[in-house]
Amino acid sequence: MHAIQINNLIFRWKRDGATVLSLDAIRIARGEQVFISGPSGSGKSTLLSLLAGVTTAEQGSLQVLGNRLERLGGVERDHFRANHIGYIFQMFNLIPYLSMVDNVTLPCRFSRQRREKAVKRSGTPEHEALRLLDHLDMAHDELLDRPVTTLSVGQQQRVAAARALMGSPEIVIADEPTSSLDANRREAFVQLLFNECGESGATLVFVSHDESLEPLFERRIPLKEANRAAHPETRTCR
Amino acid sequence: MPIATLAWQSLMNRRFTAALTVISVALSVTLLVGVERLRNETRSSFSNTISGTDLIVGARSGPAQLLLYSVFRIGDATNNMSWKSYLDLSNHPKVAWAVPLSLGDSHRGFRVLGTTKDYFQHYRHARQKALQLAQGRVFDDVYEAVIGSEVAQKLNYKPGDQIILAHGASDVAFARHGDKPFRVVGILEPTGTPVDHTVHVGLEGLEAIHIGWQYGAPLSGTATTAEQARHLDLTPKTITAVLLGLKSKVSTFQVQRFINEYPQEPLSAILPGVALNQLWNLIGIAENALLLVSVFVVIVGMFGMLTALMTGLNERRREMAILRSVGARPVHVFALIMGEAGFLTLLGVLLGFAALHAILLVARPIMESQFGISLAFGAPSFTEAGLLASVILAGFLVGVIPSYRAYKLSLIDGLSVRV
Repeated sequence: MHAIQINNLIFRWKRDGATVLSLDAIRIARGEQVFISGPSGSGKSTLLSLLAGVTTAEQGSLQVLGNRLERLGGVERDHFRANHIGYIFQMFNLIPYLSMVDNVTLPCRFSRQRREKAVKRSGTPEHEALRLLDHLDMAHDELLDRPVTTLSVGQQQRVAAARALMGSPEIVIADEPTSSLDANRREAFVQLLFNECGESGATLVFVSHDESLEPLFERRIPLKEANRAAHPETRTCR
Repeated sequence: MPIATLAWQSLMNRRFTAALTVISVALSVTLLVGVERLRNETRSSFSNTISGTDLIVGARSGPAQLLLYSVFRIGDATNNMSWKSYLDLSNHPKVAWAVPLSLGDSHRGFRVLGTTKDYFQHYRHARQKALQLAQGRVFDDVYEAVIGSEVAQKLNYKPGDQIILAHGASDVAFARHGDKPFRVVGILEPTGTPVDHTVHVGLEGLEAIHIGWQYGAPLSGTATTAEQARHLDLTPKTITAVLLGLKSKVSTFQVQRFINEYPQEPLSAILPGVALNQLWNLIGIAENALLLVSVFVVIVGMFGMLTALMTGLNERRREMAILRSVGARPVHVFALIMGEAGFLTLLGVLLGFAALHAILLVARPIMESQFGISLAFGAPSFTEAGLLASVILAGFLVGVIPSYRAYKLSLIDGLSVRV
């Protein structure tokens, strides 16, 4: 079974609107680490919304871990995301009023499955959070006690990575996670993700327009070529 | 419930603005319940201005007018009634007691009431409370006076002070009974009724100062000294009104009919409670206006909360997207905002109610001593509970607006928020 399997997918924001995304066939195996590249307007945000189950396509099929997302209801897709997907944003990943550990354990509040996995591995979600943060070199007392808003961007992204890996979801989606980092830090961050995903067996979907990171990945999907509806000069997001 | 703790943590993060919202809700609740409590108490205090009296009798007129001049000392009687009628009424077999009232004079703007010592025994206010003397004693001699608390306070009188009464309501030199001064012998406790504004003297005293007066002015050349007057017959010919107490309330209407059909003289008898309620319906409009104003203050408070929640919403779109990414449903986002609105309202209501009691702790003794109004303390009355419930309901309804907006935004935004 594939982690992600796309067949003849067509997506429009409105029924009579322009086609934003049109993909023939994309298959991503379990445990694969894939680089999806593409400039703005190539349909990246739309693809991510579809993969995360926030929106669904009206035509074609999108299977994630064997589940056809378009056949699930909104609540089921939210559950599915909570249980199986870790998500890293481009920036501002952390909830400002939660501590670093609380930010990392956040998925456990919405998914019993991920909570149970975390407990099984480390005893409590908090211990699992500390274990992950330690791997990412963030589990220092002087950092743990600080408000997360005072962390550097790079530190925030590492906390976000820990959260995405919390409770070992099968798929980690990273949406331009390195674009706010210094050039010399990007590679290190990607290596961190590789290590952690490799250890937990997670499939990594890494989306970026930064071509310099591409050689690090075993596989690359250029979205601009894959998407037959790509219009580079118009933004796909509203 | 993952959302409850999140909502709490989020709220603590914005505790300053949240506190302001709670305070504005609390203040409006304090005002609303305070006004309601005051309104309730003034109403019951008003309808208990005179209690324990079964009938008020005067020359024939309307109930409101008779009540106004006999109890509230407002306006004048169109006519007097004869002393003989008073004696007749007091000898009626169903009558337990009859207290004569004689009005018409004043002292520096305060009305003078001529009566007997029985008045202090039978007059009741605020649910059967009798008049109490703060200082001194009841009048005994012809030229002695007992004054209400307001009179004593405004004019700074003590027992032993001399006062000069004036004829009619206006205090002008030629109408003063300067030759026959009165001595203050007693000061009454505050009652919150017109008694506070009244100078009480004996009927004989009033009779004595009017010897040699006719048509509101002294006749020249016939001056009688105060000492000479003592030895004359000081039984009045006429009085203004009579307070009646009956042996049994069952006979109230029977005695009323007897008086209204009294053959010797045209008289009216009224039931004070009924007349007071009629009067309150007239002047009660003001208290309704007061309540309306405080309701509007609550609405303003609610708008304050709505503004705070709506402004916060845009800043929190990123927070919503993060929560969505870890699996929060749009319903969770709705509950996050709704919980906040509900919590702020509940806290505001509780705090407002507590603040009212803090104020009451200080204000109650003052209200009691100054106005004779005893405000309720503690648990809300049925109406107050209704008002509080309405505020809470309004808070939740107001909360629906930003909650629904956040819900829609989280559906539209999904995981992407442009910041």
